[in-house]
Amino acid sequence: MKKYNNLTATLALAKASFRSIMRSPSAVVFTLAFPLIFILVFGFLGGGGTYIDVGVTPGSDVSNPVMGMLEKTGMIRLVKDKSKAEFDKLLEKGNVDAMIDVHKKVNSAAYSVNVVYTSASRDKGGILKSVLNNIFYDKTLKPTVAEIKESTVKGREYKTIDFILPGQLGFSLLSTGVFGTAFVFLSLRQTLVIKRFFATPVRRSSIVIGEGIARIGFALIGALFIILIGHFFFGFTLVHGALTVVNMLILATLGVIVFMGFGFIISGIAKNESMVPPISNIITLPQFLLSGTFFSIEAFPNWLQPISTALPLTYLNDAMRKVAFEGLGLWDVKFQIMILLLWGIGIYAVAVKVFKWE
Amino acid sequence: METKKAIISVKDLVKKYDDFVAVQGLSFEVYEHEIFGLLGPNGAGKTTTLEIIETLRDKTSGEIIVDGFSVDKQPQDIKQIIGVQLQAAGYYPNLNLIELIELFAGLYGANIKPMEMLEKVNLQDKAKAKYKALSGGQKQRFSIATTLINQPKIIFLDEPTTGLDPQARRNLWDLIIEIRNAGTTVVITTHYMDEAEQLCDRVAFVERGQIIALDTPDNLIDKLINSGFERKKEVKKANLEDVFINLTGQEWRE
Ligand SMILES: Nc1ncnc2c1ncn2[C@@H]1O[C@H](COP(=O)(O)OP(=O)(O)OP(=O)(O)O)[C@@H](O)[C@H]1O
Ligand SMILES: [Mg+2]
Repeated sequence: MKKYNNLTATLALAKASFRSIMRSPSAVVFTLAFPLIFILVFGFLGGGGTYIDVGVTPGSDVSNPVMGMLEKTGMIRLVKDKSKAEFDKLLEKGNVDAMIDVHKKVNSAAYSVNVVYTSASRDKGGILKSVLNNIFYDKTLKPTVAEIKESTVKGREYKTIDFILPGQLGFSLLSTGVFGTAFVFLSLRQTLVIKRFFATPVRRSSIVIGEGIARIGFALIGALFIILIGHFFFGFTLVHGALTVVNMLILATLGVIVFMGFGFIISGIAKNESMVPPISNIITLPQFLLSGTFFSIEAFPNWLQPISTALPLTYLNDAMRKVAFEGLGLWDVKFQIMILLLWGIGIYAVAVKVFKWE
Repeated sequence: METKKAIISVKDLVKKYDDFVAVQGLSFEVYEHEIFGLLGPNGAGKTTTLEIIETLRDKTSGEIIVDGFSVDKQPQDIKQIIGVQLQAAGYYPNLNLIELIELFAGLYGANIKPMEMLEKVNLQDKAKAKYKALSGGQKQRFSIATTLINQPKIIFLDEPTTGLDPQARRNLWDLIIEIRNAGTTVVITTHYMDEAEQLCDRVAFVERGQIIALDTPDNLIDKLINSGFERKKEVKKANLEDVFINLTGQEWRE
């Protein structure tokens, strides 16, 4: 008798599953359309549409080259003629993104620039910071003309897209992993497709691995698509170019494998297909909101922070941002990877218990 | 006829679902190259018995050997030499028939041309259709095509003709006989006695999980007649089905 080949069976399943996913509208919508819409919206918001409101500290010099350069960027609106008390309130609420104070230095022709950011508007503060950096380091303003002094927290200097895209990517991986896996295994079980498979010599592991390969492949194509659109249309930063993309895809693979574990669990506990979305939402929604998909988790109230720092998507998002924007290697985000792996071990330990074949 | 070799042997098969005993000590043999029928009312235990032989369900007790392999110890070997049509089964969503056959070819590790498999059951025109879009009869034919992919020694057909029109039924009989003539043993269940009479070399009547009769259809009929049985009304030379076939022709219907 010819020896049975498990690899052939696994690959046949992967191919079938991949075809099926590509033809399933919900998979395409969740993985691609949904994140892309958010990226479009935030991409445009983060582009020409944004202004940074910078308050001019009462008593500051206003007719100097620094102010002139800032106004020329077209991104910065200077807010003048308000009292210190009024500015403090605006800063607190984030209605003013930063304060600037320019003074002529004592005994010199140069100016001293004092910038105060507000933690209520970290993203825009970050943009202002990079604008200032550009002006100063591109030698538009020579040190003999002005020098910069900054205070408060160091805002990260990235564009909105640099923050939004990794978050959307993470969420796309989460939904593909959770919803896709849960739906597929539940429906294969309920429509007796798996039963028919069991009448063939295929191994259970081949079924799981074949499905996994298809889903990971689909998720990676989606991820690549999102990264490339973000990069070429919205200026998403890829510090080391292709290498960064590869690192991001490796992280994406790890992420989707971990998230698929949730899907296996849900397919085991859901009694029918209509139970899948509510249970999946219990898992995905908190991560969507609390894992730094839209807002930096530092912006959350203190009591929410422990929840945020417990969620796996938080670490995937964090690792993605560090790799993409700060140009870190995978070894530099080993802590995040380790937490994801721990989650993976926990999730699959539960999945093995609750997963049902029949 | 005398020196038949048993390819399936079932001894004292018992299956309990919790407290309910669905199969109560069945014993029978299926010979090589025959068409063997399992007949009996709803809930008699036919599907349960078949699926235990197919290694899809666990038995409570008993011994089953399929082509020398034990269901307990060598289920993988059995799966490779049997083809299975389930009474209720589904197929992978969003794939067309050709792609489904390709999938099964991979699962069985069989090297076949998908189109040829579809031609065997006269579904070549539906190659690009999805399983869901097939009619009941076409679904049955497709299921039978999937049982042939690994060139099995034995195929199991659980009510393959339920819901089919008379032509489709007859053509399926021809197909089943063809499959048998090609050297495959066929185990079939049906609720149509005319079908069993035409098709099966031997039939077993199962009731409440027990075999109450097992013989060739001829012998069983003769026994009944010898016991003094007579039909209430002399039958006409044709029946309504003959009329149907005569009016609508012999061909497969789409
Ligand atoms: N999974 C199960 N759990 C509990 N009872 C079951 C299960 N499957 C079958 N049964 C019971 O076992 C008995 C035999 O069922 P089975 O499906 O084998 O009958 P069958 O002869 O194939 O009937 P039909 O002609 O209607 O297909 C029935 O009473 C049925 O209710
Ligand atoms: Mg049955």
